[in-house]
Amino acid sequence: MNRSLRPLVATAAIFLLAYMVAVAQFPAMASTRVLGNFLTDNAFLGIAAVGMTFVILSGGIDLSVGAVIGFTTVLIAVLVMWAGLHPLLAFAIALIVAALFGAGMGAAIYYLRVPSFIVTLAGMFLARGAASVLSPDSIGIKHSFYTTVSKSYLLMPGGGRLSVVGIMMLLVFLAGIVIAHRTRFGSYVYALGGSETSAALMGVPVARTTILIYTLSSTLAGLAGVVFSLYTSAGYSLNALGVELDAIAAVVIGGTLLTGGYGLVAGTFIGVMLQGLVQTYIVFDGTLSSWWTKIVIGALLFMFILLQRLLHSAAPRRRKRLWTA
Amino acid sequence: MTAQDAEALLEARGIVKIFGQHRALDDVSFALRAGEVHALLGENGAGKSTLIKILTGAYRPDGGEVRLQGAPVSFRDPLHAQSHGIGTVYQEVNLLPNRSVAENLFLGHQPTRWGLVRRKEIEARARNILVTYGLDIDVREELSSFSVAVQQIVAIARAVELSGKVLVLDEPTASLDRNEVDRLFDVIRSLKARGLGIIFITHFLDQVFALADRVTILRNGRKIATHALTEVNTTDVVRMMLGKDVAFDHHLTGLAGATHGAPCVRFAGLGRKGSVAPFTLDVHEGEVVGVAGLLGSGRTEMARLMFGIDLADSGQITVDGKPATIRNPAQAVAAGFGFCPEDRKLDGIFGELSVRENIIIALQAKLGWFRALNREDQIDLAGRYADALDIRAANHDMPVKLLSGGNQQKVILARWLAIDPSFLILDEPTRGIDVGAHAEIVRTINRLREEGLGLFVISSELDEVVAYSNRVVVMRDRQMVAELTGADVAPDRIVQAIAGTPVLPVSAVAEVAP
Repeated sequence: MNRSLRPLVATAAIFLLAYMVAVAQFPAMASTRVLGNFLTDNAFLGIAAVGMTFVILSGGIDLSVGAVIGFTTVLIAVLVMWAGLHPLLAFAIALIVAALFGAGMGAAIYYLRVPSFIVTLAGMFLARGAASVLSPDSIGIKHSFYTTVSKSYLLMPGGGRLSVVGIMMLLVFLAGIVIAHRTRFGSYVYALGGSETSAALMGVPVARTTILIYTLSSTLAGLAGVVFSLYTSAGYSLNALGVELDAIAAVVIGGTLLTGGYGLVAGTFIGVMLQGLVQTYIVFDGTLSSWWTKIVIGALLFMFILLQRLLHSAAPRRRKRLWTA
Repeated sequence: MTAQDAEALLEARGIVKIFGQHRALDDVSFALRAGEVHALLGENGAGKSTLIKILTGAYRPDGGEVRLQGAPVSFRDPLHAQSHGIGTVYQEVNLLPNRSVAENLFLGHQPTRWGLVRRKEIEARARNILVTYGLDIDVREELSSFSVAVQQIVAIARAVELSGKVLVLDEPTASLDRNEVDRLFDVIRSLKARGLGIIFITHFLDQVFALADRVTILRNGRKIATHALTEVNTTDVVRMMLGKDVAFDHHLTGLAGATHGAPCVRFAGLGRKGSVAPFTLDVHEGEVVGVAGLLGSGRTEMARLMFGIDLADSGQITVDGKPATIRNPAQAVAAGFGFCPEDRKLDGIFGELSVRENIIIALQAKLGWFRALNREDQIDLAGRYADALDIRAANHDMPVKLLSGGNQQKVILARWLAIDPSFLILDEPTRGIDVGAHAEIVRTINRLREEGLGLFVISSELDEVVAYSNRVVVMRDRQMVAELTGADVAPDRIVQAIAGTPVLPVSAVAEVAP
């Protein structure tokens, strides 16, 4: 089996096992209603995690994701409630701002040769700070568009509701899969994660690719902010605190190697779903503190990092027979 | 065979490259023809890699010009050179270990339809290309799941696909075994038959003779000669590389026959797989054993084994008749060994520390943490050895990096003398020192011998080896291939041993010599 598929299979197996255990205990969890809520509740995390997957595949990290989501919700609230813009126009402006922000970080990472960890840490403080400057208080959004969107859904068999934001997340994942595995840009992302020196010698446009990767991540964080705004109908500078870490956890649990080069966007989807499953289980149980989510995610993350070590390095690398003759 | 080669595919004319004060290349001309394998030979620092970097666009020359098919060219970078048909394959495979073989072949040039990569087409084309190289593998598998030899061939295939006129192979065989080398040579021969010009860089002379049509030899940034390999033999080539005319003899008469004391160190069957084949060597008190051999022949590896830097997997070490365990440099120092490494700046000198601190550091390390030398002792010791070795520094508190290369070398010597060693290993003690200081280092070595030390000295400078050695061991292909004593300690005999030609009597060589 392809080496990058192995962690994905492991994640999928664990997800199915956990799901079956949960369903055995709470049969109601098997319904499409729960599934619909699952997708809706984790839509913003999933969308941000797609961007994070690209960043991590290239060997980088993006710590600004949560702050960009928070900033976007405030910006949208300000544009809609104070400036009176139509939400769709506000969304477009917010996405453009997020994209430029990401491009700036990517350029700093490439041209100043500063590690992505530092640049995006600075980006995180900048975005969070800018959001507080726009408005330190939570701004509620009241607009007919928001009401319409939150009432729209596709009915799934079994009465489950597939919300607009849930559909958006699924589409983002589909697009992410196509971009990662079927475009030249996608192959450049993997190339950077494999070896930046080799990639440069092989003619990969390293500067353009780096900038595009962080632009993509921030744009998707902006889109996650749009979804968060639709989901909560409010803008608040402290929204989505720590979501970047949840996104990183989803990516790693989904089988992407934190050092880059190996992993699949589809794996991240399972990573997000597994986090959602843990949350839902805890809600169903009712007696457990919500902090148990963090504990379980922490344990899972640790387990997956161990698993990756085993799959990627400890396992003897089979060397193929050299010649056919 | 002149610089103005009418058939030249890629040509360098009068190339000059200067780094700071140093002329890395001085008026070097080189011509590569289509359909030939042209070997480029030279010791470290001869200018091989600088020349290659200029031909492939990584450096720009400070003088002279590069011509491709008769037209002058100036490459911005290796990619630009690649688009003009010049591809390079490096010693370490510069491909992506995490991607499939097919993607490694086509990265950046994947055929697409509506922005989507046509994977099936890439895989089919990759299979077809690799079959012409005798490789029938699953191109969807990750590159890292294949051996280095396969990766090497994938790298060559990529370079040929994208360039297709000139292929530069920079030590492609360094990490391959015998069979793999043979298969690689088949590939190179078939590319030659397709009309590519191939520049082949290697340390292995037998490979040059097996594969190449012509050879160009560089030494100290100058071109020595270009020859068809039918006109020269191994001895000629070694002679040109090391630049020794056999006619002269620095050897101090009586030295080789000089009496020396009791054995001080014995290495019996010491060896390490893939590094140095087991060798047995005695060094006596008051004896200098010189080591000759080309770069990569295992000289330095031998010294590293002796000093416990690399762990030997066979053999014993006996010091003063008693068995000794040397598994790390600290144990070697405890046994009375000293080691001046090849690359002073990297492994030897603490540039920021003072002359005094550099001298006392090995002694302090030997004494341990709790017996610190007080300042008076330090000053006294440093002064004594600095005087003994005639180290010229304004004062002993100035940073060592401000000293000349020769004086730095003497500081390292002083450091080891301070621990009162019985056996001293010197790896290229005169490298990077201006010529005037060479004689002084040689004198110092001779004096240490007279004082009863056992010395093991590695050097590429044949006349120096001859000037201070009682005995000379010769390394080739990571094996000790000869031990020369008495009248055989002479440059011509050493050259023969390095080249691996049958050992002729001294008199016969003298007649052969020009």
